[in-house]
Amino acid sequence: MEKTWEPKILAFLCNWCSYAGADLAGTSRIQYPPNIRVIRVPCSGRINPLFILKALQSGIDGVLVSGCHPGDCHYISGNYIGRRKSATLKRFLEYLGIEGERVQFSWVSAAEGGKFSQVVGEVVQDIKKLGSAKRFVKKENSRSLGVEGQEKTF
Amino acid sequence: MEERSKAIQDRIRDKAKELLSKKAVDLIIGFGEWTLPLRTTPIFIRSPEGVDRLIWNSFCENNLATYLHKFAQFKVGLVVKGCDARSIIALSLEKRFKPDQLFLIGVPCQRMVDRRKVKRAVKGEILRAYEQGDQIIVEGEDFKKALDRNNFLYPSCQVCTHRTPSQVNALVGDPVEESPLTETHPEIMEFEKESPEERWRFFEKESSRCIRCYACREVCPMCYCNECFVDSSNPKWIDKGPSPSDLEFYHIVRAYHQTGRCSGCGACERACPMEIRLTYLTQKLNLDVKELFDFETGIDKETLPPLSTYEMEDKQEFIK
Repeated sequence: MEKTWEPKILAFLCNWCSYAGADLAGTSRIQYPPNIRVIRVPCSGRINPLFILKALQSGIDGVLVSGCHPGDCHYISGNYIGRRKSATLKRFLEYLGIEGERVQFSWVSAAEGGKFSQVVGEVVQDIKKLGSAKRFVKKENSRSLGVEGQEKTF
Repeated sequence: MEERSKAIQDRIRDKAKELLSKKAVDLIIGFGEWTLPLRTTPIFIRSPEGVDRLIWNSFCENNLATYLHKFAQFKVGLVVKGCDARSIIALSLEKRFKPDQLFLIGVPCQRMVDRRKVKRAVKGEILRAYEQGDQIIVEGEDFKKALDRNNFLYPSCQVCTHRTPSQVNALVGDPVEESPLTETHPEIMEFEKESPEERWRFFEKESSRCIRCYACREVCPMCYCNECFVDSSNPKWIDKGPSPSDLEFYHIVRAYHQTGRCSGCGACERACPMEIRLTYLTQKLNLDVKELFDFETGIDKETLPPLSTYEMEDKQEFIK
């Protein structure tokens, strides 16, 4: 069977909304592409920009950060803080020449299983168009993830 | 220019003497003569007799706000330019020192001279350099050349719009006109027009020269973390080896950590022994922050830095 390239996407989902949204998508049997690996975080404001950069460096093709809609944050203002960080980081990466679509953000509530599957679909489409990540990816160190010629372990 | 510097120098000395004799401060941090031409060194003066070592000229390029972290328990008198004063306001917003701990001697800045540009403009080793009117006179063993100082300014100084330090305790010298030499950041505008591939290639090329001496971090007043992310071993964000990706990682994060905090003094770039371009990163972040959150670093003592706060109405078109 011919092996086609599939993007690897890391999704940071907030515990209170997006993770529950993903759960709902699952329990409702809503299909979405299997390209995402989920990391549950307490809040989208918890995302340290270093997480995103480290993911990109490790050979991840795209990162999705998803949190509660504005006004719905379990911690009142976490997603507002996260929004500012995301806005500046995304612009900065684009300025440096890293494709902006590799880092994406969304608001998905616990009731939006359908939206979650749609968001994941869109992100996967975007990243497939871009192809696998080349810039900024660390190649030479065998200890890091995403080594050429070696099976990725996540 | 030269007379103006002299007058400012005298007034800095007078003020420093007055403060030290009254014991209003424990020490004065200012600029002093250095053994190399085109350079000055930060000096720390504790007694009124020492104030004659303080100087002022077009080579006072360091951002002295950096040294405040080492003197947290002292009352410090500090000689500041416009950019240094803005760093101090940014630091005070982060509660790095007590408000009454500082006495700022503000100097309206004449824009500093880029020693590397000067060195490139002459052949042979420069042994002596001084200012005369609007010119920099450089002397070597077999040459003497007069250079127009306005052609040899630091890029960060050319675009500076706040040369007169604000909110200082004493201003020595008359306020200067607050217009940048070049209207916008020409370099950034130029860079933004290029394709992402070109931009990445440039960034790759610049960061690949990095020898990881971390001088840019050490010299920056805003880089005061007890443990920097590059030194942290748990979590280990970055490997110690010289892999290009790690160098890029360092430069992206060093710059990004300055978001909404950088005063644009350009000390990082001046400190770099490999002459890596750094201010095109931090200045871009400053422009972004201005555009997105209408914030400028070090202007207002009350407004919180943009990443420490939020507005309900922040832009979010980029969020799905």
